Amino acid sequence: MSDSKSRIDEIVKSNDVVLFMKGTALFPQCGFSSRAIAILDHLGVSYETVDVLQDPEVRTGIKEYSDWPTIPQLYVKGEFVGGSDIMMEMFESGELKQLIGAEA
Amino acid sequence: MPMAASEIERLIKASIPDADVTIRDLAGDEDHYAARVVSASFEGMTRIKQHQTVYAALGGRVGGELHALQLETAVPQPENGQ
Repeated sequence: MSDSKSRIDEIVKSNDVVLFMKGTALFPQCGFSSRAIAILDHLGVSYETVDVLQDPEVRTGIKEYSDWPTIPQLYVKGEFVGGSDIMMEMFESGELKQLIGAEA
Repeated sequence: MPMAASEIERLIKASIPDADVTIRDLAGDEDHYAARVVSASFEGMTRIKQHQTVYAALGGRVGGELHALQLETAVPQPENGQ
């Protein structure tokens, strides 16, 4: 496992809800990241964020880690959930609340 | 970098021949699109896998040449009353 991959693995496994995004929760730097934050805030859950713009290694590595080409990426309990489109679909269907809320 | 909607549709259909593809140019700049892709081949796949299949069809352009693609995937619903 490369350094960046093991770092990502550590982040994913040590946080129940973690969003890899562009920018911060207060200042998202991309519309999709902003949408992802809005969904998490609406659910009222606590979450961690990782700003990939501050870390080029993670920015590249996270795409390989999940075999997913875009950011944001949401991980819940160590599992990749999806990007902002999947988050929105799962939010609207109530699945996201169930997934995050079940053991929170 | 702009990419025509017709090109996106062509690439998706080249990999997923039965796909019903609907594309909207969100900002009118040929750079921010929303696509809805409906295919029977998605049956039994997780949402992640369905999206990955579409990304694979676009051959690494998503996140690069194609900056923003809002994506929705679905399995065709059986028609009622036939």
